[in-house]
Amino acid sequence: MNWYLRIRKLIQKKFPNNKFLHRYFGLIAFIIVGIISLFIGNHVNEFWQRLIILSAIYVIMAVGYNFSNGVAGQFSLDPNAYAAIGAYVAALLTMSPETKENVFILEPVMKPFDKIQLPFLIATLIGGLAAAFSAFLIGIPSFRVRGDYLAIITFGFGEIINVIANNLVSLTNGALGLKGIPEYTTLAWAIGWAIFSVFFLWHLTNSQVGRILKSIREDEIAAEATGINVFRWKLFAFTLSGFFIGIGGALFAHYLTTISPQVFTFFLTFNLLIIILIGGLGSIVGSAIAAVLFTFAFEILRVFEEGIHIGHINIPPIPGLRMVVFAILLIALMIFRPQGLFGDKEVSIK
Amino acid sequence: MEKIYVDPLDPHYILELDHIWIKFGGLIALKDVTFKVKKGEIFGLIGPNGAGKTTLFNIITGVYRPTSGKVFFDGDDITDLKAYERVWIGISRTFQNIRLFKNLTVLENIMTVFHFKKLQKWGPFFVKFLDIFPYKWWEAGLALPKFFKFEEKLEEYALELLKIVGLEDYWDWKASSLPYGKQRKLEIARALATNPKLLLLDEPAAGMNPQETSELMEFIRKIRDEFNLTIILIEHDMKLVMGVCETIAVLDHGELIALGKPEEIKNNKRVIEAYLGEAI
Repeated sequence: MNWYLRIRKLIQKKFPNNKFLHRYFGLIAFIIVGIISLFIGNHVNEFWQRLIILSAIYVIMAVGYNFSNGVAGQFSLDPNAYAAIGAYVAALLTMSPETKENVFILEPVMKPFDKIQLPFLIATLIGGLAAAFSAFLIGIPSFRVRGDYLAIITFGFGEIINVIANNLVSLTNGALGLKGIPEYTTLAWAIGWAIFSVFFLWHLTNSQVGRILKSIREDEIAAEATGINVFRWKLFAFTLSGFFIGIGGALFAHYLTTISPQVFTFFLTFNLLIIILIGGLGSIVGSAIAAVLFTFAFEILRVFEEGIHIGHINIPPIPGLRMVVFAILLIALMIFRPQGLFGDKEVSIK
Repeated sequence: MEKIYVDPLDPHYILELDHIWIKFGGLIALKDVTFKVKKGEIFGLIGPNGAGKTTLFNIITGVYRPTSGKVFFDGDDITDLKAYERVWIGISRTFQNIRLFKNLTVLENIMTVFHFKKLQKWGPFFVKFLDIFPYKWWEAGLALPKFFKFEEKLEEYALELLKIVGLEDYWDWKASSLPYGKQRKLEIARALATNPKLLLLDEPAAGMNPQETSELMEFIRKIRDEFNLTIILIEHDMKLVMGVCETIAVLDHGELIALGKPEEIKNNKRVIEAYLGEAI
């Protein structure tokens, strides 16, 4: 029995008649976490505040990625593509026409985008939908293969999007990237979206939909023999995960205010992969917590790069040392807890 | 043996195979197999290893398309339906090597199955999909009250089914941690959860001791009567086949060599030859 089930049992024992609490204790818990992090974010300096925003963005992308990779078990390697699509689409929609005119020095912006300027929420949603649509399109041919082959195909798609971003100058401004994106991603937006995505995907994972996807992960042939249209459900998981990664990408763009193809290389995928492995494949709450740990660990481990002075021993600053330390921590995790912090344990509603 | 002519409109038969051929490259796995299965009977499919029994199962459940020939189910031509669509119209199966959703609990294994659509006949085609999925995916994601209501209902149904097969005490076990015989039972229960008319059991008694086998015999009869099923089973355990089946078909090298009541099969010369070899 996992810790969360215990909490639920406790709630049911303490408040036997409060059905609302039985059903929505997860939502209440997430909102409390959100309010606490909002409160903390408003009372620390800007460095930590930005770190909280970044971790919230990673939470969105990680839970989205875990939905297709962990819950449905379709090992794909292209979240960077969906993040890029979400980011570029949303950024093009929120930048003012004047900024676009100034930024696009190589070629003018493609036609409908040069005049459009939309509010942030709508732009984010459109970015997410664009990413979802591209995930849908890439899913149709990709799901003819499975396992390692799927990973290779999707990896290729991630790289293709990167090449397109470098060369479709009238939309992406090529390698120069987009500059002057309005900094709309505030603490509240980031945390709000993070809570929504964790809540949504967490419930979905614990519903019939989640069970169907898990059954596909466990045994595709048996799933088909119980009447599951495996292809359709895989495509569904892939599309939905593309949507949330796209949302994350859109928020990321409005957090960095400058995006270029270099932001969305395979390293982003790699980071997300580490996060969902730390959190446990198939555990939504686990990958959310892992995303926060990962982002903060990445900054806190900077200590190692500043040089260490113990007594008479002086170790000079070594740039990049934190990556080594991080790798060692990961290896330790894989040795002592190969299933991730949370395994595939998920909180369930009963 | 005498020639059988398939009449797709005969309401007494649930499954009719009409001159099924299947070739894998140069290998002919099934050669002109034709037989009918009566509604409500327990039909045995036997034959030496490599005779094509499991291939025949795969054709009935839609894993393979026959090279030529047709499959009729309940009077309808289902040759072109996909494997999952055949589950929707009422064909369900178990596997030779148990295929459970290993990391899910026993209850979840059953609950997963309560989701499918129903195919409906429209003229000569199956067209109308009647979705009986209890709620939409976004209703689940947003955790609307409907989602919780149906979730509780699904659980109730699943527990009821587990009670019938005698697994209710194990509902929160991981499927892979169940003992072997119970895993078999769970797989049958999962097949039953799709509400089938025709149940195909692929070697249900494999690896069971005599005690468990005789229990299984009782169990098969019980579910047939309780769920109003037709059952086709592949089995090597002759005691079980002769004890429980009402009609038996014998396959050898992809050919149907005998079809009839257990007593007839026991004394059939070609069957004895297929199993023991020809007399010199």
